[in-house]
Amino acid sequence: MESQAFQKVYTKLTNITKATVTLKADGVGYDEIASVNGKLAQVVKITGDDITLQIFEGTEGIPTNAEVSFLGKPPQLTVSDELAGRFFNAYGAPIDGGPEIQGEVRDIGSPSVNPVRRKQPSNLIATGIAGIDLNNTLVSGQKIPFFADPDQPYNQVMAMVALRAKADKIILGGMGLTNDDYLYFKNVFDNAGALDRIISFVNTTENPPVERLLVPDMALTAAEYFAVDKNESVLVLLTDMTLYADALSIVSNRMDQIPSKDSMPGSLYSDLAKIYEKAVQFPSGGSITIIAVTTLSGGDITHAIPDNTGYITEGQLFLRRDSDIGKVIVDPFRSLSRLKQLVIGKQTREDHPQVMNSAIRLYADAANARTKLENGFDLTDYDERTLKFAREYSDSILAIDVNVGTDTMLDITWDLFSKHFKKAEVAIRESLVEKYWKS
Amino acid sequence: MEKENKTTGKVVGIVSNLVMVEVNGPIAQNEICYISLEKERLMAEVIKVVGKHAYVQVFESTRGLKPGSVAEFQGHLLEVTLGPGILSRNYDGLQNDLDKMEGIFLKRGEYTDPLNREKKWEFKPIVKVGDEVQAGAWLGEVNENDQPHKVMVPFKMKGTFKIKEIVSEGEYTVDHKIAVVTDDDGNDTDLTMVQKWPVKVAIGSYKEKPRPFKLLETGVRCMDTLNPITEGGTGFIPGPFGTGKTVLQHAISKQAEADIVIIAACGERANEVVEIFTEFPELEDPRTGKKLIERTIIIANTSNMPVAAREASVYTAMTIGEYYRAMGLKVLLMADSTSRWAQALREMSNRLEELPGPDAFPMDLSAVISNFYSRAGFVYLNNGKTGSITFIGTVSPAGGNLKEPVTESTRKAARCFYGLSQARADSKRYPAIDPIDSYSKYLEYPEVQENLETNVGDSWLKEVTKAKDVLLRGKEAMEQINILGDDGVPISFHETFWKSELIDFVILQQDAFDKIDASTPMKRQQYMLSKVLDVVDSSFVFSHFEDVSSFFKEVINEFKQMNYSEFESDKFKQHEGALNELLKKQAN
Ligand SMILES: Nc1ncnc2c1ncn2[C@@H]1O[C@H](COP(=O)(O)OP(=O)(O)O)[C@@H](O)[C@H]1O
Ligand SMILES: [Mg+2]
Repeated sequence: MESQAFQKVYTKLTNITKATVTLKADGVGYDEIASVNGKLAQVVKITGDDITLQIFEGTEGIPTNAEVSFLGKPPQLTVSDELAGRFFNAYGAPIDGGPEIQGEVRDIGSPSVNPVRRKQPSNLIATGIAGIDLNNTLVSGQKIPFFADPDQPYNQVMAMVALRAKADKIILGGMGLTNDDYLYFKNVFDNAGALDRIISFVNTTENPPVERLLVPDMALTAAEYFAVDKNESVLVLLTDMTLYADALSIVSNRMDQIPSKDSMPGSLYSDLAKIYEKAVQFPSGGSITIIAVTTLSGGDITHAIPDNTGYITEGQLFLRRDSDIGKVIVDPFRSLSRLKQLVIGKQTREDHPQVMNSAIRLYADAANARTKLENGFDLTDYDERTLKFAREYSDSILAIDVNVGTDTMLDITWDLFSKHFKKAEVAIRESLVEKYWKS
Repeated sequence: MEKENKTTGKVVGIVSNLVMVEVNGPIAQNEICYISLEKERLMAEVIKVVGKHAYVQVFESTRGLKPGSVAEFQGHLLEVTLGPGILSRNYDGLQNDLDKMEGIFLKRGEYTDPLNREKKWEFKPIVKVGDEVQAGAWLGEVNENDQPHKVMVPFKMKGTFKIKEIVSEGEYTVDHKIAVVTDDDGNDTDLTMVQKWPVKVAIGSYKEKPRPFKLLETGVRCMDTLNPITEGGTGFIPGPFGTGKTVLQHAISKQAEADIVIIAACGERANEVVEIFTEFPELEDPRTGKKLIERTIIIANTSNMPVAAREASVYTAMTIGEYYRAMGLKVLLMADSTSRWAQALREMSNRLEELPGPDAFPMDLSAVISNFYSRAGFVYLNNGKTGSITFIGTVSPAGGNLKEPVTESTRKAARCFYGLSQARADSKRYPAIDPIDSYSKYLEYPEVQENLETNVGDSWLKEVTKAKDVLLRGKEAMEQINILGDDGVPISFHETFWKSELIDFVILQQDAFDKIDASTPMKRQQYMLSKVLDVVDSSFVFSHFEDVSSFFKEVINEFKQMNYSEFESDKFKQHEGALNELLKKQAN
């Protein structure tokens, strides 16, 4: 790191936009941070001696003679075991009234793990929620978002998953979190007696939106400290990544970049991938698992944010209200855990993959029957049976309030199969049917 | 190529990984330079020149880079190093050997040697002193993982040469002088087993590139049976996320009948590459009994690795493919996903403030894609031997919309289209290749038709066409049933629909994670298709439409059990027997 002994102060801005200022300066490094009248800023463009700075808080009230000094370093976080149990803002400064962290100062947004130094994820994360454990099994080292409409209880489900996941550390990266949600997380973790293994970096709706851009990198720098240096299993919760992406578009639009789809920057895919790809399983046992939230607008998953996210993450979990049973369920159709095949039928019972697939296929048949019904057609006996099955399956498996072990989930599903269908209709490998069919 | 006095320059502008350098001498488009940043040297490529200013894309993060930093131009383009020892390696997009890098994290400015310089190879000469040779001629051979790795006259050498010296059979390192050749003017050149080639230029050392005509077996039924790809053919797999592009590509790379498989993991997930690292050393190539990793080369430039190197990665992969093709080998090249490569082009084009085309992609996107696909193909080498590169790329259309620029441009370039459908994936009908929209243009080639008739069977093409017709008619019947209701149509509509479901469930759907079902050899595909078509051709008596579905569900169930059993095993035959009973009972 460069010596900070002499800090030249500049006082002449040549250009001010909503998010950036430009001035003439020399010896400035790309990505380096600066202070503009006490506000934190980062170098985003250098042309000759014209330096453009992005100001995280926004440029409101910044005068052309603002005092600018360059700090000769990128944004950093101090890491040590003292992080545990603490709350920080987007800059990594404590907001819980506690002391500053003593430890090692690290640049955030560090390089990627060499792919040949990774290990294939193989540890199942049990959540008790059958819609997840049975149909979309999670594995440590995975990255997966909840795709949810803003009115769904995604933060509650995420907190529940986090607490049941048996992680050594849980790191919350809150972006544009309402104050109520922030307090909710604090409360839930506190009540569970888990505060000492939680670390939070929070940007609430009261803070300037551009500050959010720092939150994932702060959270992941802390995560890498615990996963790499301490071989711990770390679960990172990022909510809401849609608001993160919105902040990206604010900055890029203000820098006059050509927007691509949905006025998002053309680099959205790479920007999001840099964050999500921090999820990793190390051979030494440490791991980083990322569970995120991507809120949808009007359920539209073709919008650039969920679309790019889906291409990056290892699946997605859809929450949906099932009006038949009046509960929120994990939608079995659009939900997917891409890593499930690494564990199901291996760490879980042998019949898991086939039971899962058959149940979803029968559930899909029920959806077709429902369409028939809506179009005013008569239902066949099979249709009627699928509808009954679907209702019970939804209630006893898909609903997010289910909390049982995987064997029980499988047994419940076999019960439903035997109750409503013939063996051929279920179409599962014969040897499994012989063993598990409930007669 | 090397310049006497290297041109240098100094950095005058930085926007992310686009850097502007003021230069003091001649430079070339796409020339490589190194920019010094304290102790690190960052590799970059010239992508635009305006007056004294070179715009270079840096293959690394530019964090901390300052104006005034020195750039040194290298006098050559981005090149790969070619020689024995490339097989089973894991490279990044610039051909750095990932296993040689230190530490858990990738270090900026760390470039590692793609080859092992110490290892000795058992070299057998092919030419003798006095022979006349030209670029690409085989000088000798070493055994690389049991592949006959040909050591060739470097592709860069123009004209004809006489062999002046050639080493005798023995063990040599790659840098050992193995031959001396003399040109027409009497100048000698020393040759080793190593040569370099610029990735963005196609290696052209072959005599002729005919239309592909031979089936390339992949073991994936809905490709081989319905829309086969050829040795030297091109294909693409577009599909929304989660529809099975990567699983399909991995299945093909495990099973396809190729000598060499190159996997370019281009801007996608690191864990998917780890899956290959982990599984391929364990899995056997059923044809050779050797481990899959021995015939495989991985180019991993995953989504979190530098974007400019991502763009380079597909070219690196293709050039290595061309190198092995020139040895007379059958190369299969897979890129997942070509959309990420196109996005890398877009990011750079936007930073250059070029006039954008549709969806802000560069205007010449279509030409760039076509040019790349055209490097695949089946060739006759100058010595009369044959070699091929079959290329299959995935496309990740934004929002799943196939009308976007990358899909449309690729459609013009690739001859096979394997479109993955969201609806099929949602109902877990894997592989989710849409049987009606997908196509293989090769089926229209008379030489391919002839090849299939000779190698698979006289009536094969007719059967395939029939299966496609049944699928189409089944779809129409289903639409009618949906409009008019189950009992609003004649029972025969249900029969037509369920016959298409039969083909769907038995032939099209294939469980990539089941040991037996995952890969179906051509002989078995042929057997199953004619068995299924026998059922399609039979007429049955049904008194009620519900009987149709329950009958066909039982038929499908027996067929599926056959698919899960070893071909012609007792279990297979037992289910076939049960199936025949079922059919007899229902027969007219
Ligand atoms: N042939 C198949 N058999 C079984 N499951 C499959 C198959 N193809 C895809 N899948 C399922 O779909 C998921 C997503 O597939 P993937 O190839 O990763 O999609 P994409 O690359 O198109 O995003 C896989 O994790 C797997 O669960
Ligand atoms: Mg994929």
